[in-house]
Amino acid sequence: MAVKEEGDTSQQGKKSRSRLILRLGALLVAHSGLVSVVCCAAGIIAFILLPVLANNTYISENALMPGSADPAFSSQEVLDANRLTMDILNRGAAKASGIEIAKLLREYIVAVGAESYYHKFVPRANKFHPLHFFSSTTDNLDLPANPSCGSFILNAVGIIRAPRGDGKETIVLVTPYNSQNTTYSDAVSLGIGFSIISLLSHVTWLAKDIVWLAADSRYGEYMTVDSWLKDYHGPAFPGETSRIVDDACFEENNSDSLDHIKVEGHNSYVYKRAGTMAAALVLKVVDKKEKEERDSLSIYAEASNGQMPNLDLINIAHYLAVHRQGLRVKIGSIIYFLKASWVKLLGEMLQHITTLAKLLNPKWKLDITSADYVEGTATLASSIYYQALGVPTGSHGAFRNYQVDAVTLEFSPRSSLNNENVRSAFLLKTGRLIEGVIRSVNNLLEKFHQSFFLYFLTAPHKYVSVGIYMIPFGILIAPLPIVAAALFSSNNGSSNKDGSWKWLQAAKVVFLIHLWAMITSLLPYVLLQLPLVTPSSFTSAWAAVAICFLLITYLILWSSSIDCGWELLKSVMIVAAAIGLSLMSVINFSTAQIGAMLIVPMCLLVKPARKQTQGVFAKALMLTSNLALLVVAFPPAALLIAKTLFGASGNIDIGDFWEWAQILWSWNSATYMYLLWIHLPCWVLCLNIFLYPCIGSSSKA
Amino acid sequence: MAALCRRFTGFHFLLVLVSLSISSLVFGDWIGDDEGEQFTEELLLKPLPDRKVLAHFHFQSTAHPSPDSGHHHHLFPKAIAQLIWNRAPCDAVGHFMVQKFQIRDLELSFTQGRWNYENWGGSDPISSTNAKPPGVELWATFNVPVVEIDTTWKNLTHALSGLFCSSINFLESSTSYTTPSFVFGLNVSNIRYGALPREAVCTENLTPWLKLLPCRDKAGLATLLDRPSIYKGYYHSQKLRLTSTKLSGIILEQTLTIVLQPNIQRNSAHSLLDGAIQPSWSISSMFKRNLTGSCVLARTSRILVELEKNIVSKLEELGHGGSWSNSLLDLSPNPFRVIKEVNPFPEESNSILFEYVNSKEYEPLDVGIKWKLPFVWSSPHAPFHASRFLMGSGTERGSIAISLQSTKSDEYFRSKSNECRMQAVVFQVVPWYVKVYYHTLQIFIDQKLQNLSDVIEKIRVTPSEDKKLPGTLELVLGYPCTVQSVALTLDFDKGFLHIHEYPPDANQGFDIPSALVTFPNLHSSRIYIGDDSSVHSPLLLKFQEKNVVLSYTEVLLVPFTTPDFSMPYNVITFTCTVLALYFGSLLNVLRRRIGEEERLMRSKDANKRGLIPSIVSKITSKLRGMPGSKPLLIFAVVLSVLFHYIVN
Repeated sequence: MAVKEEGDTSQQGKKSRSRLILRLGALLVAHSGLVSVVCCAAGIIAFILLPVLANNTYISENALMPGSADPAFSSQEVLDANRLTMDILNRGAAKASGIEIAKLLREYIVAVGAESYYHKFVPRANKFHPLHFFSSTTDNLDLPANPSCGSFILNAVGIIRAPRGDGKETIVLVTPYNSQNTTYSDAVSLGIGFSIISLLSHVTWLAKDIVWLAADSRYGEYMTVDSWLKDYHGPAFPGETSRIVDDACFEENNSDSLDHIKVEGHNSYVYKRAGTMAAALVLKVVDKKEKEERDSLSIYAEASNGQMPNLDLINIAHYLAVHRQGLRVKIGSIIYFLKASWVKLLGEMLQHITTLAKLLNPKWKLDITSADYVEGTATLASSIYYQALGVPTGSHGAFRNYQVDAVTLEFSPRSSLNNENVRSAFLLKTGRLIEGVIRSVNNLLEKFHQSFFLYFLTAPHKYVSVGIYMIPFGILIAPLPIVAAALFSSNNGSSNKDGSWKWLQAAKVVFLIHLWAMITSLLPYVLLQLPLVTPSSFTSAWAAVAICFLLITYLILWSSSIDCGWELLKSVMIVAAAIGLSLMSVINFSTAQIGAMLIVPMCLLVKPARKQTQGVFAKALMLTSNLALLVVAFPPAALLIAKTLFGASGNIDIGDFWEWAQILWSWNSATYMYLLWIHLPCWVLCLNIFLYPCIGSSSKA
Repeated sequence: MAALCRRFTGFHFLLVLVSLSISSLVFGDWIGDDEGEQFTEELLLKPLPDRKVLAHFHFQSTAHPSPDSGHHHHLFPKAIAQLIWNRAPCDAVGHFMVQKFQIRDLELSFTQGRWNYENWGGSDPISSTNAKPPGVELWATFNVPVVEIDTTWKNLTHALSGLFCSSINFLESSTSYTTPSFVFGLNVSNIRYGALPREAVCTENLTPWLKLLPCRDKAGLATLLDRPSIYKGYYHSQKLRLTSTKLSGIILEQTLTIVLQPNIQRNSAHSLLDGAIQPSWSISSMFKRNLTGSCVLARTSRILVELEKNIVSKLEELGHGGSWSNSLLDLSPNPFRVIKEVNPFPEESNSILFEYVNSKEYEPLDVGIKWKLPFVWSSPHAPFHASRFLMGSGTERGSIAISLQSTKSDEYFRSKSNECRMQAVVFQVVPWYVKVYYHTLQIFIDQKLQNLSDVIEKIRVTPSEDKKLPGTLELVLGYPCTVQSVALTLDFDKGFLHIHEYPPDANQGFDIPSALVTFPNLHSSRIYIGDDSSVHSPLLLKFQEKNVVLSYTEVLLVPFTTPDFSMPYNVITFTCTVLALYFGSLLNVLRRRIGEEERLMRSKDANKRGLIPSIVSKITSKLRGMPGSKPLLIFAVVLSVLFHYIVN
């Protein structure tokens, strides 16, 4: 915008016969160097300013009405929670088999008059599915050949039917616990879950059904929740094999409890459902050893590929936690930014600038203190990082695959839970908070749609919406097409004969490199079939094969003796990168933003090393900046740098790269595709241009 | 003619008034079989296994067709009579006899909450006739020619919606009702069925329903209907059933089925796990009202307490079958009569009814049960439990699944023969915007995909038509009785609607009305001993009818893609901007003379000025609104668009 206006005003005096828009475009292209410097700088500055531009959150949906009713969660429910906690600890210690706790929970659930059943599944490992990036539904059930009792996971599920509701909608409450190694905090979280169920089983205001899933997270809580959700949204026919295992594993349980017939029943394995899910809460308790002055609540919301739940859901939890229960709300932040002195310095500078700005116009709400800025930056960084990674931060991510808004609420008490008073107060607070959140969602007539889905958090009560954070990104990638056009036109102008089709040669090179990158991205599928063991061997094999393919590609290119000047190559490469970045910004904005910060300067600056320039200093500067950018933008190098910067100590192994890539593809992260389909080919092409052998063949001043 | 008409009605009214007062003076209790009108009121109370109590009010009015009465009734509600024989005021003179809605059969139910088939029973007469889907359900059969049925139905929905203060008139649109052919086992073409799952039910629907009773809620059993207590229940279904035949006249059954939870004292931590102790209750504790006296217009007024056969079998085990005061429970006060069910299987126990006659004026009749021992039993289930759910994710497509899960309840039924075959009829209406692909129907029996022709005995599909017809699926399944589970799946696409086609609350999602699953070869009928002429109870007669066991599935909520409904505003502003730009440039092109302009430019080039003077001259020319304003215009438009974007 700024550039346009600038161009507009400076254009006033000029008289040219073409249209204004064309004139403006020509002007921008003619001054592409200046434009790209200004845009890059503006983009990065605007990005750094995001914590300043963050707005306070507000509850957008009026129907939610959080905190308008007095909580009914009382000491009676605290007693219930305590009783279950003690029972779990006693029984869990007595019998170590995984199903004891599930049975106990079911007894309790039935006792309060709720429906209950067991959900049973066989865990299976995530595999590399090259074509399954956006469809998370994998329906190939590869059961182990001889399933044993131990390989099954049993979850207890309770359903409260709303007394006068029509059963169309439901709210899900998940409490993960580890059945093999049940910790005290696991037991407390189950206790809270049960006390909520016992409270809600006799309230009159319920309009949506409540489902409580006590998820056995022996093999990871995400997998458990995900498989339960898959069954919820699928036919959920218990297969023949599971029935055999049923009889083998649970026979003795059925026979020993004749008095529990009403608990066990004949249909305790029949999967029951309860309508469309409105929202889901994952509830966890973390017993920290160090003391704090207040109980605290951490909210995790990032689902796969940077999808976020509706901001209103976070708002309710935050509002009730802070204004009703007096909890301290935390959102993940990257500690490096909290400690970094340059951020602090930046914050102080911004503080001065904003106070100055406020003097100019007191209506501008830009004032920010240095401490706020530092904290905002650290939180924003973590928000962007987790969204960019594309890996969910908890089992709430599984719900997002079914368009259900979900958050993880992780409570930690101010001191150890073994203290009776601390525990009671803690249970009361958490119970009331969850009751309040459920009540708010229960009030909701429509699905969450009022508030934002695309946002970053800079504090628990501050957000940056899509309308604001797209601007820095837009400014940042704006010079790409301009520079591409400039390079293209300058090249076309110089060599006029058959030059108009020369760019096809460049496009061929770019296409081949992209093809190579695509093949490289699919290589792990082949590698996984090979008898390799260690991650480092995987990494080296992957790298070796990729480099081989790259060399072959170059041989093909050379054999066909393609000679297109580096300018055209750069121009086409920039266009490809711009298209890739814009596409990625739609799929996962954070990845595109971080990628753009690395790629855009590299793409704009890259020049053949052998190119003659006037002045030794300029040449040296160009060379060093090119080299530095080329190093930083290489994905493994970037990973290493990030690792050392953010204080991950310890030795760095080659195998880390493989593991990292494995995490990305096993979570269907689009970041994997971005890195290998857009970022890597771009980097290779830049390297190609940097090492371009034949300067001066086409580029003559 | 009109004057004559008015005079006549006035005279007639006076006559009725006089005769009414005389008869009430002369015979204290004149309500009898004379005039062929009758009214009875009955209340059935039944403890349910999950610590709740079922209360079923049954009010029945009958009007025998008699030529003398004309359109005047003593007891029978006129509003209803008009639905069936609506005559013009002058019909007595013999002129145009307009029969408005020739209804042969009509059932209208308003329901809040869901019937719990697992705990409250699925095969007894109450559940098969009074378990209804949430919201409003209406079906009617007509006695009019086929071509007139649709118009009659539309008028009927409007009449009923006015009568019951509800939006039944939404069933008028052809997208919301359908013509089932064999589900209701009735004549093929003259039935119409419609359901409004989202209709909220409240006192405003109950009040007009009560107004149809001769005593309203001022006397008799209806006085128990204390609004806060009955709307606090777990299930609330008010039903109106109308049958008219030439022989017996009109029978109007009004039933109200509610499931209430007696107060439980949650005093200690232990009480929570003692789920086996049933709460003791009485009429006054549940309804917060006392029952004193009956409606004087009612021929009979009685209260029945039913103990299910599983309780009775326990009582027989304890050695006191059929007694109302024993070691397990205490029924108070002493019943007037004990009515036993006769079961075709003599080895099993039968349910027992305890009858109370509600006649005492001054002493409240406070029927109640006091439980002495913890006791758990289960209600009789239907052989298969029907449930329905949505599958798939995303806002593009999905599938509907209906599953029938064996409850393993009818052991005798199972053991009877190996080649016994179960029949199930599935009736499913789907709104047109959920585009069901009926060819994708898959049927799984015990998790195995079946060949459709092996399982389906009869099928009738009416595909939906956009904005005209809902899709209807009627299906008769036949499968062996020993089957554990049956599942049907149907894929659908979610339609993309025009902005004005979205219903209110579109952001909640769209409802698919309940599917109906009936088991035509199972009947819920009971035979009672002692059912002589002295026990002339319409409720018991109702129980003895051969009703098909049926169950309704859940209402489904399909989330749809919805536009931003505030978008029209944005679209209007955007369109206006684009139009302004377009017309601006068009006018510019039309106005321009290129040759002239070039000449001007050349002459300008000749006397070229410096930058600043030219800017100054430009600005002054712009200020005067002279030619050259085009860039300024465009600049202003760009600025305004940007400003609009930022402001939004």
